[in-house]
Amino acid sequence: MKFTYNWLQDHFEPSASFEEIVERLSLIGLEVEEVEDKAKALSAFMVGEILTAAKHPNADKLQVCSVKVGEGAPLQVVCGAPNARAGLKTVFAAPGTVIPANGMVLKVGKIRDVESHGMLCSARELGVSEESEGIMELPADAPVGAPFAEVIGLNDPVIEIAVTPNRADCLGVSGVARDLAAAGLGELMAPHIKRVEGKYASAVNVRLDFGDTPSLCPAFALRVIRGVKNGPSPEWMQERLRAIGLRPINALVDITNFMTFDRNRPLHVFDAAKVTGDLVVRRAKAGETLLALDGKTYELDDTMCVIADDKGVESLAGVMGGEESGCDDATVDVVVESALWEPINIAQTGRKLGLNSDARFRFERGIDPAFTLPGLDLATHLILDICGGEPSEVVLAGAIPDTQRTIDFPLSEVKRLTGLEASEAEMRKVLEDLGFAVSGEAPVLQVSPPSWRADVEGKADLVEEVVRILGLERVPATELPRDENARKPILTTLQLRSRKARRALAGRGMVEAVTWSFLSKAQAELFGGGAPELALSNPIASDLSDMRPSLLPGLIRSAQANAARGYPDVALFEVGQVFAGDKPKDQFQHATGIRRGTARPSGAGRNWAGNAGAVDVFDAKADALAALAACGAPVGNLQISLDAPGWYHPGRSGTLRLGPNAMAHFGEIHPAVLEALDVSGPLVGFEIVMDRIPEAKAKATRAKPQIDLSPFQPVKRDFAFVVARDVAAADILKAVQGADKKLVAFASVFDIYEGPGVDADKKSVAVEVTLQPRERTLTDKDLEEVAGKIIADVTKKTGATLRG
Amino acid sequence: MSESVMSDPSTLEALEREISAAIAAAASEAALDEVRVAAVGKKGSVSELLKSLGRMSPDERKVMGPALNGLRDRVQTAIETRKGALKAAALEARLATEKVDVTLAVRESPAELGRIHPIAQVMEELTAIFADMGFSVAEGPDIEDDFHNFTALNFPPGHPAREMHDTFFLPPDAEGNRKVLRTHTSPVQVRTMMGKKPPIRVICPGRTYRCDSDQTHTPMFHQVEGLVIEKGAHLGHLKWILEEFCKAFFEVEGVKMRFRPSFFPFTEPSMEVDIQCDRSRPGEIRFGEGNDWLEILGCGMVHPNVLRNCGVDPDEYQGFAWGMGIDRIAMLKYGMSDLRAFFEADVRWLSHYGFRPLDFPTLAGGLSA
Repeated sequence: MKFTYNWLQDHFEPSASFEEIVERLSLIGLEVEEVEDKAKALSAFMVGEILTAAKHPNADKLQVCSVKVGEGAPLQVVCGAPNARAGLKTVFAAPGTVIPANGMVLKVGKIRDVESHGMLCSARELGVSEESEGIMELPADAPVGAPFAEVIGLNDPVIEIAVTPNRADCLGVSGVARDLAAAGLGELMAPHIKRVEGKYASAVNVRLDFGDTPSLCPAFALRVIRGVKNGPSPEWMQERLRAIGLRPINALVDITNFMTFDRNRPLHVFDAAKVTGDLVVRRAKAGETLLALDGKTYELDDTMCVIADDKGVESLAGVMGGEESGCDDATVDVVVESALWEPINIAQTGRKLGLNSDARFRFERGIDPAFTLPGLDLATHLILDICGGEPSEVVLAGAIPDTQRTIDFPLSEVKRLTGLEASEAEMRKVLEDLGFAVSGEAPVLQVSPPSWRADVEGKADLVEEVVRILGLERVPATELPRDENARKPILTTLQLRSRKARRALAGRGMVEAVTWSFLSKAQAELFGGGAPELALSNPIASDLSDMRPSLLPGLIRSAQANAARGYPDVALFEVGQVFAGDKPKDQFQHATGIRRGTARPSGAGRNWAGNAGAVDVFDAKADALAALAACGAPVGNLQISLDAPGWYHPGRSGTLRLGPNAMAHFGEIHPAVLEALDVSGPLVGFEIVMDRIPEAKAKATRAKPQIDLSPFQPVKRDFAFVVARDVAAADILKAVQGADKKLVAFASVFDIYEGPGVDADKKSVAVEVTLQPRERTLTDKDLEEVAGKIIADVTKKTGATLRG
Repeated sequence: MSESVMSDPSTLEALEREISAAIAAAASEAALDEVRVAAVGKKGSVSELLKSLGRMSPDERKVMGPALNGLRDRVQTAIETRKGALKAAALEARLATEKVDVTLAVRESPAELGRIHPIAQVMEELTAIFADMGFSVAEGPDIEDDFHNFTALNFPPGHPAREMHDTFFLPPDAEGNRKVLRTHTSPVQVRTMMGKKPPIRVICPGRTYRCDSDQTHTPMFHQVEGLVIEKGAHLGHLKWILEEFCKAFFEVEGVKMRFRPSFFPFTEPSMEVDIQCDRSRPGEIRFGEGNDWLEILGCGMVHPNVLRNCGVDPDEYQGFAWGMGIDRIAMLKYGMSDLRAFFEADVRWLSHYGFRPLDFPTLAGGLSA
């Protein structure tokens, strides 16, 4: 919402300075977005008079002008504008001046061998209008050497405020003035609007016809003014409209625009000669179209409200008028419309048609119903003053709604909700200055909001009115005492795990990414997603259309993007949400990571001490285990099954689980998946479902179990087992550990061998076993016994033979 | 060997010179050992002479005993000294061959390479600040229903404020109801109030979505909201909390704040908050100084309709809420200029703006120390 300072003063006599007013506007909720003071910005541009204009000796389209700017000798200026002529007063810019439109700094220069000491400017170059037809033509009485901006009335600063959706009343300058006056910055001027007596009955009638559907028009008032003389509106009105960025059209149209911004009362004018028969306000019929005033044709349907005559639709109610019945200079009789519309319907219509207008903006926020008829009268006065003519009586269809309501307002609410101490007198004054009717006695007042404040529903709204006008700065910052929760742990298990997983993975050299929650349907399908209920109806782009089933695709694409930028060896992870369905319970928290190229935990790329090899499944497994361990998963007890999902390499992947509870997958990404994503490997990854990690049992004490430190030396023994190739190492180790649970402290595979000396379908697995005696030093006999047991158990469980 | 030789001191001197020369000439520990055996070994020249003492007369022994013992001791000392010198020389020689170029780079520690995303880091900073004031962290689903995202929050159907949210919709179900991607984290407040009796103090950080995209808008972004519902909680408390937050988060001694009335359907009164800043240095914003204002958050007293919708009696309980963009405050604090870069996973950007894995934000240590 834009207005000028002079305009504001039509409604308000300031007692404060301009700067104070600008500052206070923001503080009472009318946020100032910009103050544009063109006079200040254009102060270097002066009125110059062209004394002579002669053809340039070396160019057909240029003239050499002698320009009088001030006291000194006239200056020689080369000018290309066809309208440069002797006697013209125009805008002169001296060398050193910056031209607003293009930022060019003027210099003394030669144009085709003729010196030019400045420039004569067009309105476009000055940024005051889009017109660029030649240099500006100023009035003949413009004083030479004066700042031109003052001459053409640009010395009136333009204020732009952001009006929140609840404050439709401040979409008119008069409403802004009321707020400022209430805030004590000046006196509100609200002269009574004199009723216009109609001289005759209107020849144009109107009826509302919504059949048995809900009415979209509470009230529609019109009057005819016959014998008007349309033409340009007066300069003061044009100046105001131009200042706020509107193009003056003709007096009748300008008056409706002026009323829109001055009073937040959008109106419409029809050329009575172009209206056939009476007007009817109704729903559009499917297939009807309207050529609107913006020159575009809109297709209408029965959700939209229109004003039609016998010929058809003439106007899209509350949004935009039609071209056909619009007013132009030939208009003699005019129909002026002042109506009320259903805000939600206006919003829906505008949205559906993609049609924004100042009228729509206001009607969808709601305008003052009680001002429907006074607004029509005020517009009539303006038309009579500017265009002459003779007014008819008002025709009203529907009824002006009654907005009268009373709110019980306990004054203590102000203190209860805001902590602000204010006197009853202060609070009463604020409300009365804003137009509220206040009655009753403390402690509970009866307050009736004015007709233009449909947003005020209850006592909390009144509290807002009081504090915003008295000033939020008066609310004292008050310490909120800590409550009993202040020192309790406040994170949920899942939140804590997410943090720990992040730090653990970053500690392994991985970089945390945050990728989009949505991806393309094709990619969602590659990772088990793509369900119809997870496809956005209005995606922002076709590759961001479906909610992600996994964090892998986002990370894999990111890795590829980094490779394309010249960083092929990247290790990325993300901790975030994935979606298995559209219910809250279908959202899971994953910790997922990938490694590409040679981005191994021990370092990437080439190095004098040894080059890093390609990432492999064990890097991904190590990452998964590290994150699981950080999250408190019992990693020592996890089993590994060979049933990772289809997006992993079937032979180089696994699932980490506790019985039926699969909590993580890891492996090489399936080559076909990489190909479908147009990504090159090697690429390994893992996914952990954080929600599936079992909760640790609550413990009564934080004390750890007592440690058992044996005084006896551990003993190490090596075994080499020959087993079938598909026997899992984990099974051999499990058998070793099961052989003597007390004595076997640890067992690990230190070598795998396949080749000469071992049968073709077999492998040799070398295991180091650590035995930890606890009661006495082991004798040779003890060792022999336990070795025998280990061999027997491994043989029994895995079909192994001891390698000779 | 004749008695006269044995008893001739000049002969002993010659022998000592001979042995000393041999010790000095020994170039290795092995050669030195040979000298030792030849001199003081079982059958060494000095040992043999010592053996002969027993055959001497007491007078002779009185003279020769000390002379021979002295010789043996000196020889042994000389050998030990020489041995030490040879060992040191050998070590010196070995060390001389073991030189490496220590300017060669080591493999960087993984903990130096890994990074925490600024959003995660800032969420931890926020948690640290608000946990200290007794807030816990609440979360909710990204896919929400109309009730939690709009209706409960006092957005009337068709209201322009609803349109301003640029909502992402999911397909309608059998009853024609459409789920949405939450446009703010406020539905978590609704879920919290519906699931728990006051007093309530929570912050709700999380992902939010709006179908909008340019340099300062991405279709996905992060918000944090705070909610306090308890008897007596008023705007003055909200002011205090936000002041404390700004001081702690931006790590400044003090910061002026400006509360401007505004409008949100779910709060009444509603406000936007600007904080004092200095933007006079190109590309840099400093907080807690200067004469400029920067809007950082919206807040207000929870609207009575919202309380009622969530089963809280607005005449018994009251409270306030605020919300701000996590990405935005991260940008303001840490100086990133383009929101879109947060979601591009460019490792150069992440390495530069990300945080090391052991940089835990704590109030005790300074949030970003």
